[in-house]
Amino acid sequence: MALLEVEDVAKSFRGLRAIERVSFDLERHSITALIGPNGAGKTTLFNLIAGAFRPDRGHIRLNGRAIGGLPAHRVCAAGVARTFQLVKPFAGLSVLDNAIVGALRGERTVASARVRAQAVLDRLGLAAKASLPASSLTLADRRRLEVARALATRPTLLLLDEMMAGLRPAEIDELVGVLRDLQRQEGITILLTEHVMRAVMALAGQIVVLHHGEVIARGEAASIVRNPAVLDCYLGEDAPIDEAPAGRDVT
Amino acid sequence: MSPEGSVEGSPVAAPAEATTSRTPADRRRLALMAAVGAVVLALPLFGGSYLVSVATLALYLAYVGQAWNLMMGFAGQLSLGHSLYVGLGAYAAAGLFSHFGVGPWAGVWLAVVLCGAVGAFIGWLAFRLKVSGVQLSLLTVAFAELARIGFDHLEWLGGPGGLFLRVGDRSHLDLLAFRGPPALYYYAMLGLCAAALGLCTLLLRRRAGYYWRAIREDEVAAQALGIDTLRWKLFAVVLSSTMTAVAGVFFAFYNNSLFPEQIFSFGRSIEIVLGPVIGGLGTLFGPVVGAVTLVVLGDGATEVLTRAGIDVPGVRQAIHGVVLLIVTIYLPNGLWPPLARVLGVRSGRL
Repeated sequence: MALLEVEDVAKSFRGLRAIERVSFDLERHSITALIGPNGAGKTTLFNLIAGAFRPDRGHIRLNGRAIGGLPAHRVCAAGVARTFQLVKPFAGLSVLDNAIVGALRGERTVASARVRAQAVLDRLGLAAKASLPASSLTLADRRRLEVARALATRPTLLLLDEMMAGLRPAEIDELVGVLRDLQRQEGITILLTEHVMRAVMALAGQIVVLHHGEVIARGEAASIVRNPAVLDCYLGEDAPIDEAPAGRDVT
Repeated sequence: MSPEGSVEGSPVAAPAEATTSRTPADRRRLALMAAVGAVVLALPLFGGSYLVSVATLALYLAYVGQAWNLMMGFAGQLSLGHSLYVGLGAYAAAGLFSHFGVGPWAGVWLAVVLCGAVGAFIGWLAFRLKVSGVQLSLLTVAFAELARIGFDHLEWLGGPGGLFLRVGDRSHLDLLAFRGPPALYYYAMLGLCAAALGLCTLLLRRRAGYYWRAIREDEVAAQALGIDTLRWKLFAVVLSSTMTAVAGVFFAFYNNSLFPEQIFSFGRSIEIVLGPVIGGLGTLFGPVVGAVTLVVLGDGATEVLTRAGIDVPGVRQAIHGVVLLIVTIYLPNGLWPPLARVLGVRSGRL
């Protein structure tokens, strides 16, 4: 059984269809990228899975259990953690306290949550900055803190929304390494939306392509970037398909 | 621990040492606490009745400020209608006493339950309708105004003419009826202040403190981390309103007269807010420092002017306004954080 099942999910905002009959599965321990042009509905789909929005119809199941329409905190309790495209650190709290808030989801006491939080910060390379206020971090470190905080909740599925936007190539490569280790060593399943194809190609085994709120292609990463329909929606219909190099940044 | 806390303290003392032996910062903190504690405990012995009454007022404001700060400073939920809980608590206990002869020790329970229920109702209404920030504060103002007008028409509790409690022999100490000399009220308020400070210190170190601060900083992110924000916000509101209810009971038996126009007034709500804002929002000692500052400056100036034979109405409010202005412009984090740095103690800003 797939870890996450999204079945015929739809969502409109005041008549505007953001997501139209989207279905896909995520295999356990996989890394899947959700790509598509701006406005394709990637973040909306994330918000539906994470419980920020209720789907108008369709089903979302985690481990066979329906999570579609549950409030965000209960989706998190079910095992889904997320990061935000516009980072939302608890700015007035220290880096460690940020992680402790996440760790308290699965820990009984603040003391044990602190231990877990420190381990997670260590993992993300933030241990040396634990006592700094979160507001003092650089964008790259804020993104790491988002991952650390989400990871501290002990998720089985991690949703990463535009993690790499605004980062330098070296920072992207570092974060890619961290995420790959997480998937390999802790068996976490990751679904990420990303415009930075460098990161998508380095991380994702599977790609789901969203366009105008519909899935237009899905499959192995290497084959997706050669898919004519995908190249169409990114580059326009007149683009000479056979000359489009695979793996280049399509942003 | 706060980022400030981790960098403060003596530069010579290594962190490992700090846990085993007393650092100079620890000694300073102890000495300061001992000195303040001694003065505060002995105040009724050397202070005259005026000083004791002013100090009682300061403690009262520090206590209600602490209760308000729990809701706004910790959990980020703005109430500008806390006079509602003072008034309801006061009328609940005073009504029981004047109509049924039930003393304050029993009346306080009715006050606490009533205010907890009203707080829960307002909170539930607001949070369910996703009301927050300025809208939430306007809703709290509206409920306080509703109570003011409602109690004006409640003849059973005196209506606009006021509710008066029998005053016994002031010099005779009767703990059961909460009657006695001014020192009784002073020590009662001191005990309440200490209890509130202890409770807040404890809560901030536990799950509630982390969750409240997370909600204050970013509610959507808090939800995504598994926090049932509605539940924890309600907890903050109910705790804050019940704490304030106890202050209301005190107020009734200290003042012995209640008027809806006064006790539920918007001005009273603002008075509750001023202390923590001036002292330092979200800090443990901010409400105390703010209340003392306001009372010393406001009542001190009034007293000086009265003795000089000058009667200026509203001078207290004017001074409160000036203090608020200065603090907002020059010390936006309040008086306590910089004061704590000067004293070499932790600010407790969390």
